[in-house]
Amino acid sequence: MLFEPRWFRWVRWVGLTFFAGLVLLPLYVMATSAAKPLRDVQSDFRWIPSGLTLRPFADIWRTIPLGRYFVNSVIVASTAALLSVVVAVFAAYAISRFRFPGRGLFSVTVLSTQMFPGILFLLPLFLIYVNIDQLTGITLYGSRFGLVITYLTFSLPFSIWMLVGYFNSIPRELDEAALVDGAGPVGALLRVVVPVALPGIVAVAIYAFVTAWSEVLFASIMTTEQSRTLPVGLQLYSTQAGVYWNQVMAASLVVSVPVAAGFLMLQRFLVQGLTAGAVK
Amino acid sequence: MADRPGSTGARRRAGAGWRRPGLAYLLLLPALLLELLVHLVPMAVGVWMSFRELTQFFIRNWSAAPWAGLRNYKVAVDVDSAIGAALLRSLWITLAYALLVVVGSWLLGFVAALLLQRPMRNRGLLRTLFLVPYALPAYAAVIAWNFMLQRDTGMINHLLVDNLHLTDDRAFWLLGDRSFVAIVLVSIWRHWPFAFLIIMAGMQNIPTDLYEAAAIDGAGPGQQIRRVTLPMLRPVSLVLILVLFLWTFNDFTTPFVLFGAATPEQADLISVHIYQSSFVTWNFGLGSAMSVLLLLFLLLLTAGYLLLTSRRRRRAV
Repeated sequence: MLFEPRWFRWVRWVGLTFFAGLVLLPLYVMATSAAKPLRDVQSDFRWIPSGLTLRPFADIWRTIPLGRYFVNSVIVASTAALLSVVVAVFAAYAISRFRFPGRGLFSVTVLSTQMFPGILFLLPLFLIYVNIDQLTGITLYGSRFGLVITYLTFSLPFSIWMLVGYFNSIPRELDEAALVDGAGPVGALLRVVVPVALPGIVAVAIYAFVTAWSEVLFASIMTTEQSRTLPVGLQLYSTQAGVYWNQVMAASLVVSVPVAAGFLMLQRFLVQGLTAGAVK
Repeated sequence: MADRPGSTGARRRAGAGWRRPGLAYLLLLPALLLELLVHLVPMAVGVWMSFRELTQFFIRNWSAAPWAGLRNYKVAVDVDSAIGAALLRSLWITLAYALLVVVGSWLLGFVAALLLQRPMRNRGLLRTLFLVPYALPAYAAVIAWNFMLQRDTGMINHLLVDNLHLTDDRAFWLLGDRSFVAIVLVSIWRHWPFAFLIIMAGMQNIPTDLYEAAAIDGAGPGQQIRRVTLPMLRPVSLVLILVLFLWTFNDFTTPFVLFGAATPEQADLISVHIYQSSFVTWNFGLGSAMSVLLLLFLLLLTAGYLLLTSRRRRRAV
């Protein structure tokens, strides 16, 4: 541990106060503004609300169809998370435990697509969807499942990459023991590796869920009024009459609290995975 | 499964694995198909698009779009034309934005990790608190900043003008020159906790004896940071910097949510720029050419970075 002289206590105290303020100030504005009457947020800013009200939390569902957007977001994000994790578990197991021609090429492809800008995939996917619709009548553009597929562009490579790291950290002797007991490689994966890696798998699923929940670029193009997700829907609180800032802040809190809580609970696993990936 | 894979000796060897390509490919198949569907085919279509005259008349029937050769690329890189000049300006803005955000996030993350390095009361609580900006959905956090940066109803101007009396000027933060400052600060606010998380994890892997040995040799805190902490954080930092850079360089959420429909030209980041060139003017051919150029640029930068850092690392060993 770093040696610290006495005066460093003061440095630490001042520094930590600065960081706490940096984080808390916007949170304070969010939380208080969400409970302010409309006149407070449409005139000069005030630190202390002139009155506290829970009205904005009730109004957010009426001003725009927030409930529908919420359901859309839940369905899209959980389907994307589930699909990418299930597919990634098998792929990551193959990469971690087998040696086969093309293994290196596949890993490099997966890893490199992670750094590609989303805009690169957005334009072609949009056109492909339009074409599929015309050729087969299957509507992907504007449908929730179509959006799920576009979310695989970032959640699948991430899930594979993280799970390879987790599986590599599980001693090979564990699944070998299962093989000796007569299980096949797939049995060893499902009965030994998956249970041991479960915290990591859950963490990856949550991460995929949260990133899909926050996604704006694809959602802004690939959704219609019926399939719109929260990030795009929240923009609708600004009307020509002005912005209902108290409702915007209330809605932001409502969509943030569940995912932020889940994320904070699981951050330990994420650190392990990320640093394991970083060092190797 | 009838045949037992590999001999024990082969499996024990470092880097060895089961040699059953058939099963491996079967396990890989779903991922392979999806990768093909979401990455490889779109990329091929994207490159194809960039050589076509793909304007709004051909959206419904894009395979009939006329051949354009290199025309889209010529328009994109012609810095004497309005389109090329705007693209170049957007590239510089994005580069400056990404560098400032990476440096700012790394510095804040490093200092915060340093301050929380020792076990102390409320350490877990503070650590969790510091991660909140990163845990919030990006658009929700950026909307909150949009509200705070409003000229008349925002908290920032109220704080600067009415509370601290630093200035009398109620500035526009989401228009004009200040919009660049605003987006850099908002982005740092969102990203520094990630740097903090990674650097903190990296610091915990530094053996305590290194500090003890340095202290015995008479190194003060500053020297310990310079001679022990920073060199030991090097591998983690290099990856962190690359990941952060690529994230911020490709950032779409922050500018799109912070500025709404009209991005100020001083903060016209490349993702939004291409998005608007494609979906506002419906020129997909040009948008694709710009995307391909962006990808090549990023690949070159990344390759250069990896080459530079690995060479230096090898020299250091």
